[in-house]
Amino acid sequence: MSAIEQTAAPVAPIETDGPLIVRFDHVTHWYGNVVAVNDISLELGAGVTGLLGPNGAGKSTILHLLSGFLSPSRGSVTIDGVSPWRHPDVFRTVGLVPERDSVYAFLTAREFVTASAKLHKLPDPKAAAERALELVEMTQAADRPIQTYSKGMRQRAKVAAALVHDPKVLLLDEPFNGMDPRQRMHMMDLLRGLGASGRTILFSSHILEEVEKLADTVQVVVAGRLAASGDYRTIRRLMTTRPHVFLLRSTDDRALAGVLIASDAVQGVEVTKAGLEVHASDHGTFTRELAKVSRAAGIGLREVVPSDESLESVFAYLVGS
Amino acid sequence: MYNSTVAWISFRALFGRRRALLFVLPAIVLVIITLSLKGAHGTVSDWPALVLGRVGVGAVVPLTALLVGTSVLGSEIDDNSVLHLLATPVPRRDVIVSKITVSALTTMLFAAVPVLIAGIIAQGPHKLAIGCFLGAILGSIVYSCLFVLFSAALRHPVIYSLAYVALWEQLIATLVGGAKYLSIEQWSLGIAHSVSDNGNLDSHLTFTPSIVLAVIAVVLTVWYATERLSAFVVRAD
Repeated sequence: MSAIEQTAAPVAPIETDGPLIVRFDHVTHWYGNVVAVNDISLELGAGVTGLLGPNGAGKSTILHLLSGFLSPSRGSVTIDGVSPWRHPDVFRTVGLVPERDSVYAFLTAREFVTASAKLHKLPDPKAAAERALELVEMTQAADRPIQTYSKGMRQRAKVAAALVHDPKVLLLDEPFNGMDPRQRMHMMDLLRGLGASGRTILFSSHILEEVEKLADTVQVVVAGRLAASGDYRTIRRLMTTRPHVFLLRSTDDRALAGVLIASDAVQGVEVTKAGLEVHASDHGTFTRELAKVSRAAGIGLREVVPSDESLESVFAYLVGS
Repeated sequence: MYNSTVAWISFRALFGRRRALLFVLPAIVLVIITLSLKGAHGTVSDWPALVLGRVGVGAVVPLTALLVGTSVLGSEIDDNSVLHLLATPVPRRDVIVSKITVSALTTMLFAAVPVLIAGIIAQGPHKLAIGCFLGAILGSIVYSCLFVLFSAALRHPVIYSLAYVALWEQLIATLVGGAKYLSIEQWSLGIAHSVSDNGNLDSHLTFTPSIVLAVIAVVLTVWYATERLSAFVVRAD
């Protein structure tokens, strides 16, 4: 067990007959004539699910649809069979951590979380608030106004308020924004514990590594569509075996082009003014073979730059596949 | 229907902003005008009814209610902090009723009470002061309902609130006969006139229609504001 895991407060097992099922059935949502979410169907059960996608992909729209702050233009969204739209009662079992930094900054974290407990009509709001503040390690700073907090501390105060009623479903929009590495690890450990105890946790992120470390399953959203769904390792394999584009400069670009095109790991080579643009079909094989074949041909490599490593290009590939 | 936690957060938000300093300005202007006229004319003229009616009930009450009523919910919607309130099972009607209560009480404190003080300065504890105070109380409640509704239903509630006060009440309601029935100012003056029996108040309605119309307005605005808050959607970035 890691040091971080040892410091995390224990999470009580969920008291329910079974996990709540979160379901999207062919959901589409338009903002005016812009399609934010396009015919998405998915089902979430207990455990931690990562909603992965580039900025503007529709992740927040999905979370807002789930929390009843948007209604689907088409299709249906349900939590345990109940539509959250115009049904605030769903918040008895759902906790929401919005992405935006707007909180009641004039309150202290303790006041904020206690107010949340009172709004949920918990029998002992103060005790519930203390428990939630302990979970996010905020008891020390809990009596300072939120406006004096760093972004990461504000995030933790928001998470405490969302956890105060011990929800069975927790929705978090970019929860790690502004957190330092230690806070991030602690939050990951907390969410992992909540997921393991039978709760349904859905968090959005545009950072692959966050999702990789935390999520049991992943929903990849690109341009409002569900690009990939399921086990993270399968999706990660898809990502690493996708065709890659490299820009190369060498002592003899034309000769290198002739050598590389003979390789099974290369789909195509283009000679440009900047050098060679190589489309590799197998990232691993190509990077292992490149040095070997160029040395054998007596060609010196000056520069090797992967040109499509951005998250957008990875997501674009997933959509295509 | 009234949720004390929602009200507590609303009071903290209302008085935690610099905008709160503006709440007292209309009242100060009213008291200064009253003191000046008292010094110049004593109590022998018709000025107390004109000042309490036109400035107190007709300007200080709606202006204060506008500042308070659009702050109490509109500011939270503008900066999205309202999400923390709405991500709870609190019935939306309770949120609206609590916000209106906070707005009405604050408007009473910063507008209706100064009207009473101005009335006492002008003529002592006379029927005119009591009548205008009761009219201002009614105005505080109904204006608060309307401006909270604008905050729940419209993107720029301050502009619509200003349009209602400046265009509808001060222009259209004075020019078009039937429009007085849809003027909160006229309902307030109707109460003030009925209680004080002072003909110098520019009132076109009597007690009963004023009360009936005000009650209908409160019921309708609370219902519709609840409907709109129930269908609250997060705005796209």
